Amino acid sequence: MTTAAGSSEFYLAQFSAAENHLPGHDAPWATAWRRNALDRFRELGFPGHRDEDWKYTSVKALEKQPFDSVLEPSSHLALTDIERLIPAGVECIRIVFVNGHFSRVLSDTAAMPAGAEVSSLATKLRDEPAAVESLLENSPTVFRNGFGALNAAFMTDGIFIRLAPRTVLKQPIWLLFISGDQDRAITSQCRNVIVADTDSQATIVEHYSTTGGKATFTNSVTSITVNDNARVTHIKLQQENTTGFHFSEIDVTQNRDSFYHSHSVALGAALARTDIRVTLQAEGAECRLDGLYMGDGRQHVDHHTRIDHLKPHGKSTEYYKGVLNGNARAVFNGKVVVHERAQKTDSSQTNRNLLLSRNSEIDTKPELEIYADDVKCAHGATIGQLDDDAIFYLRSRGVDEALARNLLTFAFVDDVIRRIEIAPLRKQLEQTILNRLPAGTSLRGLVYNDA
Amino acid sequence: MLSIKDLHVSVAGKPIVNGIDLEVKAGEVHAIMGPNGSGKSTLAHVLAGRSGYEVTRGTVTYMGKDLLALSPDERAHEGVFLAFQYPVEIPGVNNIYMLKAGLNAIRRHHGEEELDAVDFLSLVREKMKIVNMDESLMNRSVNEGFSGGEKKRNEIFQMAVLEPRLAVLDETDSGLDIDALKSVAGGVNKLRNKDRAIILVTHYQRLLDYIVPDKVHVLAHGRIQRTGDKSLALELEKHGYGWIGSKAGAA
Repeated sequence: MTTAAGSSEFYLAQFSAAENHLPGHDAPWATAWRRNALDRFRELGFPGHRDEDWKYTSVKALEKQPFDSVLEPSSHLALTDIERLIPAGVECIRIVFVNGHFSRVLSDTAAMPAGAEVSSLATKLRDEPAAVESLLENSPTVFRNGFGALNAAFMTDGIFIRLAPRTVLKQPIWLLFISGDQDRAITSQCRNVIVADTDSQATIVEHYSTTGGKATFTNSVTSITVNDNARVTHIKLQQENTTGFHFSEIDVTQNRDSFYHSHSVALGAALARTDIRVTLQAEGAECRLDGLYMGDGRQHVDHHTRIDHLKPHGKSTEYYKGVLNGNARAVFNGKVVVHERAQKTDSSQTNRNLLLSRNSEIDTKPELEIYADDVKCAHGATIGQLDDDAIFYLRSRGVDEALARNLLTFAFVDDVIRRIEIAPLRKQLEQTILNRLPAGTSLRGLVYNDA
Repeated sequence: MLSIKDLHVSVAGKPIVNGIDLEVKAGEVHAIMGPNGSGKSTLAHVLAGRSGYEVTRGTVTYMGKDLLALSPDERAHEGVFLAFQYPVEIPGVNNIYMLKAGLNAIRRHHGEEELDAVDFLSLVREKMKIVNMDESLMNRSVNEGFSGGEKKRNEIFQMAVLEPRLAVLDETDSGLDIDALKSVAGGVNKLRNKDRAIILVTHYQRLLDYIVPDKVHVLAHGRIQRTGDKSLALELEKHGYGWIGSKAGAA
């Protein structure tokens, strides 16, 4: 039997050479944690089509080629390279990772208020490993599937954020993860740990981009704890180019009366998968999950979300939209579980899809499991084409067919973009989307609703 | 301006229009009346170029051109306008931006310069007055959340901006209360001029109290059964459509 060049064996073989370069290697608990993760990865391997959760997403293409871990930081990027990635006009706390390593030169943390502790996880593991031990060991995602386990074994860096009680961040923290190498295919494996303590409030952007060159494999895990009455807005931007393989797990734990608002905008990569899991483990917690995915060519984009309501008076609202063209394929799986004690839960879930071509495909599966008897839950999914009546109406006003289609497609998408509160980001995403529509530039001056 | 000869139209294989002949000159207002299912809305849609309507026989000549050969947007560029019976709600597409795209496409077609944002807005403000349209509706999505009356006002407002040569108003009066009807009709009257033809498709005689037509045609079973002046409409009101329909068996 032949094995693919980038199969799980490749990573298993790489580990012993990598181990001593990975952060935390001199802390026994960290070494044990990584080895344990590696063992799990050995058992699990990469998910196959037999895994129910991966039925519509094949990772075979990822396994065809080996991706090297970059063990030492070496930034080849200049400030100007990254400045164009963050929309003009955004004032933020900028934290940049290049090929899985924090870059001090490219980061700007001047606006960080007292009360916010932000540091590279690698630094933390080197300097005070005990401080992150419990956070990593209790991290719920570690061994859920092969990707999570692989990340724990090979994780090179990531962000550690802790907001002290009542800390309010006026500027968003913009985490920029850039990957790419001219000479070899590389993997970036970051792990982020974010804790928002009581009454704190922050917006965190998790932004993935690639520089071009050889193929890239991003495998990230982010865990977020939103404590009592805290509010976290989390914007994930996936704008890798189409040589990218992107896998991302986001695990959120919410405490009493907390609010978590997620936006997942997936525009890039050849193959992308984002898993978001939110656990409302105390009373009165609310989460809102908004998402937009767009695919063209042969892109494949997958979102799996799961919301667990464990306690009463929780609320969840999910709103995902997708637009597919060419031979693109998307998967949406949204599961909401209302546990026995979660009375008075209010949950709604919507997934709407627009197929612009005959060969595009969406597999959508909203799932609702309810074990409590006094709840309000609704879910629904739609798949459709552009509305012929609307096209005719626009054409009857003199708008040509191509422009009418673009206007309607843009309107469909913008409905999600407009939920993002950072105005310059909204504008930049709108521009990006215009550029992706066929002759979308003809819409300039016709679609901005922002005064 | 418009010459319809022996027009036959089928929808999903079923004949709906069975030989309409109609001549409309610039400056004229024609009312086409008829009961439900008489083919009057089909005629309006065929003129605007909606798909799903198969012309099986006959010709439609507009300003010397074969109208049926043009796409809906080309017809708009040539000056044809349809006020919809049921205006479509288009969430996320701004009313004003749609009109700007339409108007500038029409201007380009005629070799005129496009209007910039400032000139366009002042044009819009001026035209809104014609139908007493509320300015707050200006920056809303097309017809989204509009009341029935607001939707119909919006149609006439769009007509005012696009300045068509031939306007087909498909049941613009249906479902309006008397105040809304008056203001919509008032708008249409302000838009009457010697170069513009208007076809009013309506079920009710009431509209013709406010917009006085030059000619009235009564449509039944897909054919024009009677043509007259506005007194024909009054006759219809007195006797209903029944006396027309009874004659139609011969058609």
